[in-house]
Amino acid sequence: MSDFPAVKLHVVSGKGGTGKTTVAASLALALAAGGRQVLLTEVEARQGIAQLFDTPPLPYEERRVAVARGGGEVYALAIDPELALIEYLEQFYNLRRAGSMLKKIGAIDFATTIAPGMRDVLVTGKVMEAATRERRGGGRLYDAVVLDAPPTGRIARFLNVNNEVAALARMGPIRNQAESVMRLIQSPKTAVHIVTVLEEMPVQETTDGVAGLRETGLPVGAVIVNMVRGPLLPPDRLEEAAGGRLDRAEVARGLKSAGLDPDPAIVAALTAEAADHAGRVMLEQQERAALEALERPTYELPMIADATELGGLQELATRLHDVGMV
Amino acid sequence: MAAGKDFDVDRLLDRAEIIVCCGAGGVGKTTTAAALALRAAERGRNVCVLTIDPARRLAQSIGLTELDNTPREVKGIDTAAGGRLDAMMLDMKRTFDDIVITHAEPARAEAILANPFYVSLSSSFAGTQEYMAMEKLGQLKAEARWDLIVVDTPPSRSALDFLDAPQRLGRFLDGRMIRMLTAPARVGGRAYLKVFTIGLKVFTDVLNRILGTQTLRDLSLFVSSLESMFGGFRERADRTYQLLKEAGTSFIVVAVPERDALREAAYFVERLETDRMPLAGLVLNRVHSSAAPSLSVERSLAAAEALDETGDEPLAAAVLRVHADRLATAARDGRRAAQFHSAYPSVLMVSVAAQAGDVHDLDGLREIGVELSNGPEASAPRVAAK
Repeated sequence: MSDFPAVKLHVVSGKGGTGKTTVAASLALALAAGGRQVLLTEVEARQGIAQLFDTPPLPYEERRVAVARGGGEVYALAIDPELALIEYLEQFYNLRRAGSMLKKIGAIDFATTIAPGMRDVLVTGKVMEAATRERRGGGRLYDAVVLDAPPTGRIARFLNVNNEVAALARMGPIRNQAESVMRLIQSPKTAVHIVTVLEEMPVQETTDGVAGLRETGLPVGAVIVNMVRGPLLPPDRLEEAAGGRLDRAEVARGLKSAGLDPDPAIVAALTAEAADHAGRVMLEQQERAALEALERPTYELPMIADATELGGLQELATRLHDVGMV
Repeated sequence: MAAGKDFDVDRLLDRAEIIVCCGAGGVGKTTTAAALALRAAERGRNVCVLTIDPARRLAQSIGLTELDNTPREVKGIDTAAGGRLDAMMLDMKRTFDDIVITHAEPARAEAILANPFYVSLSSSFAGTQEYMAMEKLGQLKAEARWDLIVVDTPPSRSALDFLDAPQRLGRFLDGRMIRMLTAPARVGGRAYLKVFTIGLKVFTDVLNRILGTQTLRDLSLFVSSLESMFGGFRERADRTYQLLKEAGTSFIVVAVPERDALREAAYFVERLETDRMPLAGLVLNRVHSSAAPSLSVERSLAAAEALDETGDEPLAAAVLRVHADRLATAARDGRRAAQFHSAYPSVLMVSVAAQAGDVHDLDGLREIGVELSNGPEASAPRVAAK
């Protein structure tokens, strides 16, 4: 049973280097498994999804990038703020030509430079449109939408478009658009998940990010701990190992009984490596405790060698299903 | 271990006037910048390190407890060689405010600072941070108080952003949009609603419909009040960009042996070359190595399995698995470094060993400095002396 059955829009954030895009893609695959249709979107013009699925750069168009287990499909869309604006003008005002003209004179470049809040409204507006499509409107219907969102440091600001736009536009369509985006984002249909790894800075950023989301009344979903490596040393020997106090005679005896040369230099090197490893495991335990204090559903994904290939993504998707997130 | 020519970091630290550390987010740029600055200072130079967004504990370790935009002396460094280290954290909004205050008379400056468009622009992250980092670098350089300034670049979505920021600003200022928005305001009053050209008419109609009249008025006022300062803005941006091309400036690209970080590093190397910016070398952080490479992954794992069967030596079996894991990681890191080197053979490289935890004191930074200066050999793990 899924922990987020009511959620239609899954926003995935995380510090750079934590595998945010990989997790977003795996989540999309997991959600699509068993015959559902899922849209995976990105907003930062990085073409991270195309790289991950090994497809040519994504245009501003929903393209199928993968088939999930059990027959579901994952579509992907790289949202371009300029094209989103033109589409928006066309849809609501029948102003396509005006949009092209605005682009030509650099108005859109200008608007997104001078008022980044505007760009965020356009981008989140497009995500909202995909997430709330109804039978009668145009376009494909999705069971869920996954947004590969900006990093944790900017997520609250990015999603809190209403606040950003309120200062700039007190009324008018942009303002209305911001308000309807906000209604969806603050509803139980949306969850903001944060990806982290068990290291000090990403965990700190996760803690700050969760606090920022809560402050702005945005719904915090899960914490997804990525690239977790299993402990290799017996738990009761960790402290000894971390302090460099492992009994070298014991290690040497073991090497010998396995038919290896218990050369003191090798034993010393192995003990030093064990100390590094144990030190890291102990730090990870501290970071885990810090994440637990956030009191959000927390899932761990293992470190896998080919996480960035389709097989790896499927493996992570299965895992997300098994741990109950999907 | 990185295959690559040695990168003589000390030689660079003794001569450079500006070192710019760039690379993808999360590769240890800030730590590298701080370690380089500390080492240069302890080698006798008068150094300022400009950081953008340091981790809290690292910031504390170099005495950065507040974001006040003023370089402050770092306590606890070794001054025997006559050097000094100052550090500051960039306050993007304040730097922007200062430019406005410097370039406009008080009443106008006040109006700009209060304009909602200015508030949005000056506190957003997209582009402004990059531009302000370069602006601050220019200011620090102009003060002529330091022999060397080490700059940490913003955590951009792309490492190239900060190079483009000044030019993007220039393009922006030359744009037709600016001219359209400022033209009506020059005529004054409610003239922005007048029809100057068909294009402008359509344009203002659209903006009015999308944004509302008040917003358009704010925008127009903001742009016209900034207009008087634009020349100054662009001149400064151009000057800073030129500063980056001068002989005393060197770039260091920071990466980790991961696919994405190295791809970003490769873009950067190519970009610096295209722009004729001086690349000093690549710092490869978090490189794993093993002091017992002769004991192979396969033999270690086979031995561990054999021990598991008897169950008598669980510790040795575990230690062998740790070794196998470490050696496999080291081999992967080495492969990635070698691939990078064969793609960019002229780029000097130095690697820094993976640390068990984050660095947050001067001793930790000092150790990294030692590794940076000793070349790849320094990456060998320190074998526990106990």
